[in-house]
Amino acid sequence: MGIFDYFRQPRQKSASVAKERLQIIVARERAARGGPDYLPAMQQELLQVIRKYVKVDDDAVQMNVDREGDCEVLELNITLPDDRG
Amino acid sequence: MARIVVITSGKGGVGKTTTSAAIATGLALRGHKTAVIDFDVGLRNLDLIMGCERRVVYDFVNVINGDANLKQALIRDKRAENLHILPASQTRDKDALTQDGVERVLNELSEDFEYIICDSPAGIERGALMAAYFADEAIVVTNPEVSSVRDSDRILGILASKTRQVEQGGEPIQGRLLLTRYAAERAARGEMLSIEDVGEILAIDLLGVIPESQAVLNASNAGLPVVLDEESDAGQAYQDAVDRFLGEERPLRFVDVPKKGFFGRLFGS
Repeated sequence: MGIFDYFRQPRQKSASVAKERLQIIVARERAARGGPDYLPAMQQELLQVIRKYVKVDDDAVQMNVDREGDCEVLELNITLPDDRG
Repeated sequence: MARIVVITSGKGGVGKTTTSAAIATGLALRGHKTAVIDFDVGLRNLDLIMGCERRVVYDFVNVINGDANLKQALIRDKRAENLHILPASQTRDKDALTQDGVERVLNELSEDFEYIICDSPAGIERGALMAAYFADEAIVVTNPEVSSVRDSDRILGILASKTRQVEQGGEPIQGRLLLTRYAAERAARGEMLSIEDVGEILAIDLLGVIPESQAVLNASNAGLPVVLDEESDAGQAYQDAVDRFLGEERPLRFVDVPKKGFFGRLFGS
């Protein structure tokens, strides 16, 4: 650390940015793992259908497959934008 | 029965072959009869790192195809008498590694050796899958860098589902983290993912931390596994990792930043 660093505005360190990004992407990829192969394609098609009605981002649709005993549960999460229109 | 260990990472260039050479040499120097196999068909490199490139006559695929027997293909290491190297083939035929063939070679090696170290190629193609499939445990080599960590997590997913042990109804094999090219100073400044960060994301046990070190390039230039450079930080860190691998307790070294005095902090880098 040099003398001028004492006067610099504190900003977020790059390692903590890296950690946050990794935690998000790794969690998402783990959730997709082990699911049926058609899941990504289905996610894309659902996204297209939703976009006919609502303007949403690429990551607005989240799908998870959970196993509860003999039962498989497909969980679908759609994040709608704040200003609906 | 030999213990089969895969050295894997997903991403290329993070130190799989360096680690395979170091761990295999370390085990052999401790008296364990060890074979190290290069699974990178088409891009043979373990021979160069181990310094035996001019002694390669037959390779892994020759043995699988029956063109040579294991005895002819195995290269005896000149520095560690308990160590043998099975080089990769230079063939461009990616299907050369058949599951039956790999299994036959591993079974035959198992009769003579205590440890079989499988140096996996990068990626998640056939060579990498074959290197992992028969493993009893895994060492996941990771750099403190986003793409390496993500790829390691992907590989951990594959290790959890695509091994013989799992397919036969057993438990997933254990994978341990070897963090390489670690720069303690940069991590302390918040410019590099720390050991704790990577450990938290991947959620596996830590086998060791190898510091970023000039000794690694020097060793590969000379064709000498870096573990033999006992003066170097990386060499000592690999020795510690081998000891931990064998169940001994070793404190982490080369992971703390030396404290600077007042003037050092003010005017230092």
